[in-house]
Amino acid sequence: MANPLDQLFVLLKQWLVALLPVGLQPLLSMVLSAAAIIAVFASLFAVTTLLERKGLGRLQNRLGPNRTGPFGILQPLADGLKMLTKEDIVPEAADQVVHFLAPLVMVVPVLTAYAVLPMGRNMVAVDFDGGVLFFFAVGASTELSVFMAGWASRNKYSLLGAMRAIAQMISYEVPLVLASVTVVMTVGSLSLVRIVQSQSGYHWGWLARWHVFTPWGLAGLLLFLIAAAAECNRTPFDIPEGESEIIAGHLVEYSGFKYALFFLGEYLGMFAVSSLGISLFLGGWEAPVSFLTWIPSYVWFFGKLLGFISLFIWLRGTLPRLRTDQLMNFAWKFLLPMTLVNLVAAAGWHFSAGWSFPGALAWRWLFSAAVVGVPYLALGHALAGRVHLGPRSYRYAT
Amino acid sequence: MRLTFLLLAALTLGSALLALSRRRLVHCALWVAVSFAALACLYLQLGAQFIGFAQVLVYVGAVAILIVFAILLTRSTEEPAAPAVIPGWLSGISIAVLTAGGLVVPILSSSLLPAPPAAPPMVTAQALGQELMTRYVLVLEVAGLLLTAALIGAVILALKESEGRP
Repeated sequence: MANPLDQLFVLLKQWLVALLPVGLQPLLSMVLSAAAIIAVFASLFAVTTLLERKGLGRLQNRLGPNRTGPFGILQPLADGLKMLTKEDIVPEAADQVVHFLAPLVMVVPVLTAYAVLPMGRNMVAVDFDGGVLFFFAVGASTELSVFMAGWASRNKYSLLGAMRAIAQMISYEVPLVLASVTVVMTVGSLSLVRIVQSQSGYHWGWLARWHVFTPWGLAGLLLFLIAAAAECNRTPFDIPEGESEIIAGHLVEYSGFKYALFFLGEYLGMFAVSSLGISLFLGGWEAPVSFLTWIPSYVWFFGKLLGFISLFIWLRGTLPRLRTDQLMNFAWKFLLPMTLVNLVAAAGWHFSAGWSFPGALAWRWLFSAAVVGVPYLALGHALAGRVHLGPRSYRYAT
Repeated sequence: MRLTFLLLAALTLGSALLALSRRRLVHCALWVAVSFAALACLYLQLGAQFIGFAQVLVYVGAVAILIVFAILLTRSTEEPAAPAVIPGWLSGISIAVLTAGGLVVPILSSSLLPAPPAAPPMVTAQALGQELMTRYVLVLEVAGLLLTAALIGAVILALKESEGRP
C-alpha cells in the first residue's frame, strides 16, 4: 500500500521534518500541515471564483471573464489585486473593533476545521477521536461572526441580513448534524479517519463500500447536501445576501480586503462542509471502483471536492432563491423529520446486518428504503397540501 | 501546563468581568461568548475533549446567539444613561463574597469529599457515549424529556400569541 506516488506529500513532509533537530520536529510538522492547508485551500478558492464565474456565464449563455490572460485565467489574480488596493471604508457610526474582528472570526475557525479532514491516505493534520464534533464546534462560531458583522455596521440592512443569516444557519445546522449522525452511529466513531477507513474494501470485488450505496446513505447524502447548501448560504438558500431586497445583508458595509475575507470564509466553509460530506458518505479519498485504485488518493479527494463545487455552481445557475418562510418551513417541517426517519433507517440497516437467509440483501434494501421512502412521500403530500402540481395554465398566454 | 492554565483562567475571568461591566449589552454578549470559549479551552486542557467541544457547540454556537437574539428583539442596543456602578454594589459584592467563602471553605475542608485520583482518566467520546447509553440512560432520557417539554411549551406560547392577533 505504500505506493510512493500515493504517499508523495506525506514522504515529502517526513523528509523536510527530518532535516531539523529532534526538538523542533513536532513544531515543524504542525507548521507544514497548517501551511499546506492554507495554501491549497486558498488557491482552490481562487480557482473556484474563476470556475464559478465561467460556469455561471456558460449557464446564462455568455462568456464570463475573458479579458485577463488566455480564457480569463488570470482573473483571480486581478480580483485579488483589486481587493487589496481598494479603499477600506468603515462607517463612522460603526463599532470599529467589532467591525474589524468579524471577518477574522469568520475565517480563522473555518481554517481550523480543515485540521480533522483526511485529504488522502495518511494525509490528515490531526487525527483525533471526536473529529466530527470538532468540525461542528468550530463551524458554530460562523454564526457569531455574521452577527458581529451585521450589528457592528450600524446599518439596518446589515442587521436584517445578519438576523436572516443566523436564523437560517441555526435552522439548517440541526438537519446537517442529524444527517451526519447516521454515519457516526453506523461506524461507531467520531474520528473522520476511522469513518473513511470503515468505507474501504469493495462489494463483489469491484464496487466501493461507500455509505452512499446504502438506502440511508443515499438519503443522508441528499439531506446533507441540502442542509450544507443552506449552511454556507449558497443558492437557493442565499436570502441572507439577497441583493435584490437587502443589498448584500451583513456584507453591505464591508469593502476591500475585509469583504474578500468574508468571501474567502464563505467559500472555505463550502469546501470544508463538502469535504465532510465526501468523508462521511463518499468514502473520502477511496477510489469508487477497485480497478482505479492506482490513482493517488489525494487526486480522488480533490476530484470529488471539485465535483461538489461544480454541483453547487450548477445549482446556483439553475435554481431561484427561496422566500424566508419557505426556507424555515422546509428546514423544520421537512428536513428535520426526514433526518430523524433516516436515523431509524440507518439503525434498521445496522441491526439487520446479521441476516443471512437467501435474498437478505434485497430485503434489507427494501426495508431500509421503505423506512425512508414512505415518510418522504407522506410528508411531501401533506406539506404540498392543495398546491396544484399538474401542467401550468396561463391566463394571458397559451 | 501551569502557564496555559493561568492564561486561560485569566482570560475566562477577565472576559466574564468585562461581560458584567461593559455598557453596551451586545458587547456584554460578545464577551460572554469569549468567556464560554475560554472555558471550553480549559476543559480541553484538562483532557475532556467531548465536554470541551460540546461547550463550544452549545454555548458559543447556540446560547451566545440566543442571548444576542434576545437582546436585539427585546430592547434597544443603545447605551443606557444610568451609571454603571451603583454605590449599593459594594455591600452586595461583600455579602456575595462572604457567602461564597462561607460555602467554599467548609466544603473544601470536608472529609466527605472523595480523594482526587492520582492521574486524571482520559475519557474518550466513545467511552462517554457508552456510559450515557448504558449506566446513565435514565438520566439522559429524563433530560431529553425535559427539553422536549420546554420545546413544546415554547411552541404553545408562540401559538397563543399569533391566535390573539387579528
